[in-house]
Amino acid sequence: MFDQILQFILTGITVGATYALVALGFAIIYNASDVVNFSQGEFVMLGAMSTIALSAGNGLPLWLAAACSVAMVICVGLMLQRFAIAPARGASVVTTIIITIGASIFLRGLALLLWGKDIFGMPHFSGEVPLRIGEATLLPQNLWVMGGASVLVLGVHYFFNHTTHGKAILACSCNRTAAHLVGINVGMMMLIAYGLSALLGSLAGILVAPITFTSYDAGVMLGLKGFSAAILGGMGNPMGAVAGGLLLGLIESLAAGLISSGYKDAIGFVILLLVLFFRPSGLFGKASAERV
Amino acid sequence: MSHLRGFYLLVAAALLLPLIFPDNYYVTVVGVTAALHAILAVSLNLLMGYAGQISLGHAGFFGIGAYASAILTTRYGWNPWPAMLFGLVLTGVVAFTLGRPILRLKGHYLAMATLGLGIIINILLVQTGSLTGGPDGLGGIPTLSLFGWAVDSDLRWYTVIVSVLLAVVWLVLNIINSRSGRALRALHGSEVAAEMMGINTTTTKTGVFVLAALIASLAGSLFAHQQAFVSPDSFSFFFSIELVTMVVLGGMASTYGAIMGAIILTFLPELLVVFEDFEVLIFGAILMSMMIFLPQGLFVGMQKLWRRVATEESRRGAA
Amino acid sequence: MNIRKTACALAIGTLLSLGAGQSLAGDTIKVGTFLAVTGGASFLGDPELKTLQMYVDEVNAAGGVDGKMVELIHYDTGGNAKEAVNFVKRLIQKDRVDVIVGGTTSGTSIAVMPLVASSGIPFISLAGSVKIVQPVQKWTFKVPHTDAMAAAKIFGDMQRRGITRVALISGSGGFDKSGREQSIQLAPQFGITLVADESYGAQDTDMTTQLTKIRDTDAQAILNFGFGTGPAIVTKNVRQLGIDLPLYQSHGVASKKFIELAGDAAEGVRLPAAALLVTDQLPDSDPQKAVLTAYKAKYEAAHGPVSTFGGHAYDGFYIALEAIDRANSTDKAKVRDEIEKTKGFVGTGGIYNMTQSDHLGLGMDAFKMLEIRNGDWTIVQ
Repeated sequence: MFDQILQFILTGITVGATYALVALGFAIIYNASDVVNFSQGEFVMLGAMSTIALSAGNGLPLWLAAACSVAMVICVGLMLQRFAIAPARGASVVTTIIITIGASIFLRGLALLLWGKDIFGMPHFSGEVPLRIGEATLLPQNLWVMGGASVLVLGVHYFFNHTTHGKAILACSCNRTAAHLVGINVGMMMLIAYGLSALLGSLAGILVAPITFTSYDAGVMLGLKGFSAAILGGMGNPMGAVAGGLLLGLIESLAAGLISSGYKDAIGFVILLLVLFFRPSGLFGKASAERV
Repeated sequence: MSHLRGFYLLVAAALLLPLIFPDNYYVTVVGVTAALHAILAVSLNLLMGYAGQISLGHAGFFGIGAYASAILTTRYGWNPWPAMLFGLVLTGVVAFTLGRPILRLKGHYLAMATLGLGIIINILLVQTGSLTGGPDGLGGIPTLSLFGWAVDSDLRWYTVIVSVLLAVVWLVLNIINSRSGRALRALHGSEVAAEMMGINTTTTKTGVFVLAALIASLAGSLFAHQQAFVSPDSFSFFFSIELVTMVVLGGMASTYGAIMGAIILTFLPELLVVFEDFEVLIFGAILMSMMIFLPQGLFVGMQKLWRRVATEESRRGAA
Repeated sequence: MNIRKTACALAIGTLLSLGAGQSLAGDTIKVGTFLAVTGGASFLGDPELKTLQMYVDEVNAAGGVDGKMVELIHYDTGGNAKEAVNFVKRLIQKDRVDVIVGGTTSGTSIAVMPLVASSGIPFISLAGSVKIVQPVQKWTFKVPHTDAMAAAKIFGDMQRRGITRVALISGSGGFDKSGREQSIQLAPQFGITLVADESYGAQDTDMTTQLTKIRDTDAQAILNFGFGTGPAIVTKNVRQLGIDLPLYQSHGVASKKFIELAGDAAEGVRLPAAALLVTDQLPDSDPQKAVLTAYKAKYEAAHGPVSTFGGHAYDGFYIALEAIDRANSTDKAKVRDEIEKTKGFVGTGGIYNMTQSDHLGLGMDAFKMLEIRNGDWTIVQ
């Protein structure tokens, strides 16, 4: 029984680490610009798909292909901000949601044209010999996912708390006009936030692709789960979003293992609803009062 | 009665279309789907546009209505009418019970909660296979009949669903222009202010939520009988998002805008099929650019354009 | 003001869409199809569409059927049942097709059956579920082997190996659920007890939780019903957890893509599949050999590795055309009768003998039990 639960937890953390990275991307953009970017899942898909295309199709070594693809996805993120979000400034929250949904459909369509409908796999970074912890097992790639996610999360944390640019982005989210008045280049900060989000998404995609495979429509479900995780943790708090991701992964895995695998997603959402009923701003979000 | 002028026009258009284009695929087949979508969009707009409460789970209530009708008529041999009523009652109970706690949430948290609700309903439809037929769906749903008049042709379905649409539009227009409609709009402006004015915000919001859910459930029952078949993928969260898109695309807080959004989003894929592999890409691009350039929706955007043309003309006339 | 703007909105909305009228039924044979070319089942729908397009060209290059050219009209359902119903209405009412060959997924096929019946048009489905032909409906036929046949084939093989306790795991799609249902129904007939019944979501990325539970049962073999990424992940997870039980997959993974994705973990996996996958290994005396070799060569020259799904489209298309040829007309009732009289048609899925009570016409021998060895299919019996 103990070994079983250990396995459930290991599985939950691996899946949760992916959700956490996607959720972190959601939270960064939300904090910088009050936009919920529903194309976040598409960044993940693009990262994985273009890496595979470059390494398998063009014969680049995996690390170089990954670097090029991350750079490309960052460009996509910047263009999204510049050409889709910035022009619609001042539009209502729902309008921006629809814009990002449009963007996600567009990017999916692009991936469909470029790479077709096939499912693609990626070689594992360091072999597929499972590591044993008692009766539970773990793939080296799982460690890559967890390790990669930890490094990225710590990096983002450092960026927001200890660098001028990071603090400037936070300032923009608190009060855009005030930030502008103290000399912060608000437009630039927005670009940095979207670029950072795209970077996180694409890296997440590359890290998990060897385990999960990928296809042009793989971003939809990841985006949905990432959004749920961000809400569970509390949108306003990037580290809350990360915690939300890990928690959602664990809930799903434990629900599948201990209760019913058919209803595990439903159980995840029921818990999410219950959390919201009692903490309307998520687990780690700050309660906000409406300004009158 | 000025607020009903647009409505009479809608009635005229609905009557004339099948007369001008009898047996036209775009009127009696796609038109019926568009009308059904319009019913859903109008009800969702009541919640989103007027009360300012986003819902990404509207397809769930549509699904409850459809499955109540489907299951009760095929598995238990009920007459379609009581089955429809049962669906409405069930939807009402679900919406009322969950409406209160959910509507306390705001903004994106509300979006997530309604999204989650819709997904849970969908998972239940997929997983309770012995009752719902699972992902393969449930077929053999009898058609409706009214005093011996069986709704068994596309044209008859057009008549029924468009009539329901007109009734719903009429109802919604009257609500908006009533006392409770003003309360709703106050809510949209500022909840705190509305509360200060003595409006019971929770009751008002829950009331609209339940009403919108009931209309969606009714549409679901009609859909089940019209298609003679239901499966969970018609009630997925993708469809909820599509409905929200219809409302926002047409222009929030405008009933005609919602209808327009529904019509456009129903016809667009029909027209884009010729682009085959490019279809998805083009659809995304159109959606994005419409929202970027007309952030208040197509309907408001066109109103502005119309006004500009009109002033331009009058100026030229004066000169 | 109000009236004008409403009028304007409605006029533009509707006029845009009332395009050209219906084209006239002339000297062409119109074959309608609706496939899941995008969406979760796209790797079924995609080769199906490519196959249809290829053979329409071939038939037309050879002068058509009875001197008439064949025209293919296709709509992409994305696997969505509601879309399927609308597109089939469009095929029947607007495009006025003579016969429909399509319906990639069981859900879309079952959804259009009432419509096909009320419109009286012959429909050959390309989907797996046994519900499409049981009970038999007058206007609906199908060509792929049923999920019930797959389950029976698998259980038969297990019985030979002396396996009596089986752990079942399946996805949450229509194919998966239907296969699960048939497995649960058929298991007792083969003296098999199902000791686990787990499931996973279509987009799930890790099934170690479900498989850990299965590992702790006393199962002697694992059976997975599913298609897409799910079965490949299950296969990898089984090996990762060090589970040493025989693993059976369904015919849903009968494409080279599965071996490519699952890699070494796929070694030893058994599945029932049509002979198309092992064309090269068939003896020359095999009646299907010629048809299979020709289809495989033609498909692979244009589009890469062949899958059995494209083969279904080939079978459906030629059964329809031969029926039209025999009927000497495109009269729907006559064509339907001729499809029902299909005898000894050698297709990629097997040899079809349809009757009034059997709208599939395949026997159990149409399935081969395959095992994956050294990254390739091998016939095991």
